[in-house]
Amino acid sequence: MSSAYKLPETKITLGAQQSQFDQAAAPVVMRAAGLMKSYRKGQVEIPVLNGVDFEVSEGEFQAIVGTSGSGKSTLLHLLATLDQPDGGEIFFQGNRIDNLPAKSRDILRNRYIGMVFQFYHLLPELSALENVLMPLMIRYGFTKYMLRRRKNRQRAKELLDKVGLSHRLKHRPRELSGGEMQRVAIARSLIADPQLLLADEPTGNLDRQAGDEIMEIFRDLNREQGLTVVMVTHDDVIAEQADRTIHLVEGRVQTR
Amino acid sequence: MYKVLLSWRYLKSRYIALASIVSVTLGVATLIVVNSVMAGFTVEMHDRLHGILSDIVVRSQNLNGLPDSEWHMEEIRKVAGDDIEAMTVTVSVPAMINFRDNIRGQWITQPINLIGIDATTYSDVSEFEQHLLHPLNRDQMEFLLRENDYGRGRKGKFPVAGWARRRVAAQWEQRNIADQIENGDVTSNDTALITPPPFELVDDSQTPAGLPVLPDSIDKLPELRGLLDNGPSGVGQQGSLPAVPFQTNDIPQLTFDAATEQHTGIVLGISICSLRGRDAQGDLMDYYFALPGDDVKITFPNTGQPPKAVSDSFTIVDFYESEMSEYDSSFAFVPLSKLQNLRGMIAAETGVASVSAIQIKLRAGVDLNMVRDRLQMRFPLQQFGYQIQTWRDMQGPLLSAVQLETTILNILLFLIIAVAGFGILATFFMIVVEKTRDVGILKSLGAPSRGVMSIFLGYGLSLGIAGSLAGLVLGLLFVDQINVVAGWIEKVTGQEVFDPTVYYFSEIPVVVNPLTCMWVVIGAVGIAVFASVLPARKAAKLHPVEALRYE
Repeated sequence: MSSAYKLPETKITLGAQQSQFDQAAAPVVMRAAGLMKSYRKGQVEIPVLNGVDFEVSEGEFQAIVGTSGSGKSTLLHLLATLDQPDGGEIFFQGNRIDNLPAKSRDILRNRYIGMVFQFYHLLPELSALENVLMPLMIRYGFTKYMLRRRKNRQRAKELLDKVGLSHRLKHRPRELSGGEMQRVAIARSLIADPQLLLADEPTGNLDRQAGDEIMEIFRDLNREQGLTVVMVTHDDVIAEQADRTIHLVEGRVQTR
Repeated sequence: MYKVLLSWRYLKSRYIALASIVSVTLGVATLIVVNSVMAGFTVEMHDRLHGILSDIVVRSQNLNGLPDSEWHMEEIRKVAGDDIEAMTVTVSVPAMINFRDNIRGQWITQPINLIGIDATTYSDVSEFEQHLLHPLNRDQMEFLLRENDYGRGRKGKFPVAGWARRRVAAQWEQRNIADQIENGDVTSNDTALITPPPFELVDDSQTPAGLPVLPDSIDKLPELRGLLDNGPSGVGQQGSLPAVPFQTNDIPQLTFDAATEQHTGIVLGISICSLRGRDAQGDLMDYYFALPGDDVKITFPNTGQPPKAVSDSFTIVDFYESEMSEYDSSFAFVPLSKLQNLRGMIAAETGVASVSAIQIKLRAGVDLNMVRDRLQMRFPLQQFGYQIQTWRDMQGPLLSAVQLETTILNILLFLIIAVAGFGILATFFMIVVEKTRDVGILKSLGAPSRGVMSIFLGYGLSLGIAGSLAGLVLGLLFVDQINVVAGWIEKVTGQEVFDPTVYYFSEIPVVVNPLTCMWVVIGAVGIAVFASVLPARKAAKLHPVEALRYE
């Protein structure tokens, strides 16, 4: 993990120098080929993805745009290994991940891939700080966590400070606004220092202003720390802020 | 880490969980209380059942009994010598007791079990002495009438008894005879028809030690009126009585003088000649037909073929109170040699007296049944025809009935905890459904299924532990204060929880068995955890994508 921890720091300088992302130069973080996925509704099988190819390079900010029902969320879940494809392959840093055992996929989600959702998905019984710490609590056992508790909390506070919530540490999710909750969720996705951030309609439930603030955070993360971001949205205006946009129509990628 | 945190947070934020805790608490508390009371009853009952019985009895059904007790005891020692602490021989026969109700003057007849014992060795094999009324007899039993003090140290009131009573009663009788002869009611040859003396019963229980308050003569009786509690008030003749100098007898008498002499002593169970009831105020009182100092007539079979009835007079020298009504109302003890003599059990040519039973006391911790089985092997039934029983065997049906009752009660009560378990199951399913999205979130953050499962298992475990510990404390407190609680119930309902005329004890006996408590707590925690397994598995199996979509 120590190498992954150092990785963003070296890129801060890189990102500051390069205002425009150079796709050809950066290595591929995640690649998917021929992804198939269908859902069963009673007797009928409904195809959602019909052979989707996908690629995201290190430091890239990519948007997946599609109407509702186009399969963009399903694609994101497959990439996050929350679900498994019926066909096709997914590679993360060159390693195939779609057929890994559950335990390995759990570790992958916990340490290498951060996730942000439309409905924030914070745990209602926990404070903002505890929600941010949750991935670390899951990673370490009780004693190991307690040993590095101070360090972890310090890191969580830094992240909350970065998203502008240092005054909301002890607040429960229901005491926060939508934008604040989403910022907590972003801080949580960053605590494990992931190499890839997957965002599922992160502004879909927010008003324009709050949405813009969230997008600002994503852009900053991408530019200043070189974090690879893949964002799903149905909003073309938001998608325009990405380096690259792919369009998903009826389970297939349409390149414009 | 997150498992502990989330279990705790869920526990804190779900008040419905408190209902589960309360049901576990009540179940555990009930089980502990009932077990303690039942154990208390059982121990108390064992004590009483065992009370005046020895551990093992080798009994001959033959009226002649065991012809050579020395040889038998020798053989028993050979079989189980190391385990035996003491042995004694007894003769027991069914008998009939006749005594005169000292207030109404009617003769009363009762069936008894007459037992001839050796006063010194019998108390080595049983707790007989401890149950005797007179404090001195409790130290060293003798078949001799004591002066007074029979009621000393006893909880209830007890009338004046012993020589103090016997002298006054004799005086009464003499005066009555004189009166009636004088009045021409009866002739002096016909004294058997004379009505008995209506005799005052004086409370003896508060007498200070060693200072017997006893009427030396009948004249002093009226002064004791103030102390009288039991029995009817005396007749109005006392003042006109001539003082009879009964203490000094210069002339040797051929006739039996009841004032200075006693017959062979007999120790009666206290219920043979007393009744327990309530007086007009509803207070508990005992009514005595006869008391130590009175004479009784006993009729029993001799060893003739066929047996003939033999009668003799005995003087009650003490009562025993084992608080086991079966024993207290049927056993009467007389000196062994006297009974052997009267029944003709002593062989004329050899002088060897036969006995009907050998009573054995074993060392503490020795398995009774094992020794009994060894003795049964040594004295086969076909050859000897002896009945060899432990005291448990004699009370077998009663003991097994109580055992069965305890078992059934425990099963029923454990069902209460099982019901609490189903409550937990239902509550947990609700909570899991409610927490579906949380499960999805945790899984998306990389929590393994096992971890999700252990959140809910830990939840169940903490519910179980909290509930059973609270139940343990509650139950133990209740057991500790059970007599206070019983007192409240009595006050509220106006009904006695334990009627002392039915039960011999005024306080509810309780025995807290730590092992039982431990098992109850373990069982309750186990049920709580077991009830949370299904919901926890359900949570662990949730598909993260579907769980995240759940609204």
